Amino acid sequence: MPEVQNIDFKDPATQAASAVEELQDMQGEKMVLNMGPSHPATHGVLRIVLELDGELITKAVPDVGYLHRGDEKIAENMTYTQFIPYTDRLDYLAPLANNVAYALAVEKALGIEKDLPPRCQYIRVICCELARISSHLLGLGAFGLDLGAVTVFLLTFTEREKIYNLCESLTGARFTTSYTRIGGVSRDTPPGWCDAVRTFLNEVVVNIAEMETLLTRNRIWVDRTRDVGVIPRDVAIDYGLSGPNLRGSGVDYDLRKAQPYLCYPDLQFDVPLGAVGDCYDRYLVRMEEMRQSVRILHQCLDKIPGGFDNQSKEPVNVADGKIVLPSKEKVMSSMEELIHQFILVTQGMNVPPGEIYFGHENPKGELGFYINSRGGGTPYRMKIRSPSFVNLSILSHLLPGHMMSDVTAILGSLDFVMGECDR
Amino acid sequence: MFIRVHPWFQFFLIVTALEFAQQIKTKFGDLISEPAGFRGEITIKLANAERIADVCEFARKELSFDYLVDISSLDNYGEDPRWTVVYHLRSLANGCELRVKADVGEEKSELPTVTGVWRTADWHEREIYDMMGIRFRGHPDLRRILMWEGYPYFPLRKDFPLAGKPTQIPEVAFTQAAPLEGGPFVTAPGGKDAIEREPRVRTPES
Repeated sequence: MPEVQNIDFKDPATQAASAVEELQDMQGEKMVLNMGPSHPATHGVLRIVLELDGELITKAVPDVGYLHRGDEKIAENMTYTQFIPYTDRLDYLAPLANNVAYALAVEKALGIEKDLPPRCQYIRVICCELARISSHLLGLGAFGLDLGAVTVFLLTFTEREKIYNLCESLTGARFTTSYTRIGGVSRDTPPGWCDAVRTFLNEVVVNIAEMETLLTRNRIWVDRTRDVGVIPRDVAIDYGLSGPNLRGSGVDYDLRKAQPYLCYPDLQFDVPLGAVGDCYDRYLVRMEEMRQSVRILHQCLDKIPGGFDNQSKEPVNVADGKIVLPSKEKVMSSMEELIHQFILVTQGMNVPPGEIYFGHENPKGELGFYINSRGGGTPYRMKIRSPSFVNLSILSHLLPGHMMSDVTAILGSLDFVMGECDR
Repeated sequence: MFIRVHPWFQFFLIVTALEFAQQIKTKFGDLISEPAGFRGEITIKLANAERIADVCEFARKELSFDYLVDISSLDNYGEDPRWTVVYHLRSLANGCELRVKADVGEEKSELPTVTGVWRTADWHEREIYDMMGIRFRGHPDLRRILMWEGYPYFPLRKDFPLAGKPTQIPEVAFTQAAPLEGGPFVTAPGGKDAIEREPRVRTPES
């Protein structure tokens, strides 16, 4: 067997960083560049103060909080149901997934997450995966736009428009869906909706394939993303990254597999992993996750209890009058339902004292809710663990050593939303 | 029918988290409370918050809790000690989670940082300092993160009003109290009439 040679290969980032150290004495004055908060590549209101040596970044200080609205304080002052619309505004590119995450967290606190009707679980999974496709499409479109691939942006937004139309016919709103309720969903799927989802799935795979032909082997794209922004496996774990950013670094951790919730154990899908952890890997992971979401959605449509138009009248809410609002006819005709309606609207459901944490695999990563209840209808404290906030904390470690032009590639590949980061 | 998690697997999850909690208790003795379970989650509480970094170090090095999910904080207004800091630990290899809590008194409002154990703790601790005013000793860069530098209050404290307080830093930033006429509709359950149940502003007592 030939002797294995240890090739001391350094990726461009490491080379640049070592060059900075070698040329320490020859360096001139450093320049401080303020990037953001209103900069097209920061996707919102992120501000980064960069210290530059020529084109090379020597120090990066991210500054967040420009979109801080105090959601955690607001949550302490209202009932659990009243907070649902605020979850739309966390990751506003995937509001359906946020609704599901929040509802599941409160249901875990109530201890009813196992009682959810199967049809409700399938509808929620369909919502989550549609949101995942929508969020990844926007993430990739904006990523491409930042690196000069304008066509991809136009393609993805055509597809997103179809998802918004589906959202509109399901929830009544395109953007701020507020679809879930604690213990169920606000309404069943409208007639013909499942067929429309199926049609959409058949169209989106064609467009994903077309995007792939535009980017994956594109020389400019590969040059700008490969070996840029490398996050090694242990660093990704140390910084608490989650979602595609964690899996892009090769860590096999997906909450849908690791801590299965809803009907995910019944569904078959693969978790794509990156090999190096650079921007290109994160791009590939997102691309493959969209295909896996399409796969999940097809299975959900095949298996959904009650069929497309719910001929067998499967319930979509838990049968507990102390948690879910009764139907309007019942309220008008029956005393017990009238009392339930009155108590639910004025006081909310009674969550027993205790504390829970529920993490949900959102498109951006792990969206977690820590709910501390002291009984009654309002949380004593609710902490939102937002994936974008944690993912961005790596910037001050990741950016130094890269060129100024790599910042847009790295930011695009991390795929964050400031509404969620700042809460 | 629809089996969500295999029952054995669920059992396995809880037991390993409980075993880890017991191992921490064996190592640190009276410092650690008896592990408490709620909804399948295991919580341990530290008697002395000064040891939090040691416990976390042990959990990471010896018990493979390599992933810090989150740090949150609680304001137990009107109780002593006033603050509780809550750590969510996860082991990616074993897939089990553990919650570690530590009480901090109001006059001290300080505990050691865990940034040396997980670097992700950096921003979480900055956020707690910003929102609650609890300081982390040894933190490399303890600045405000969501509010701006120089903001005088800690907004997540229970005695900070929902409407906010007016502040003024000339030529930098300002806040005014928010108008609450149209909401948010504050709800305080248990009152005897609608006025008590739905006050415009919630006080720490209600």
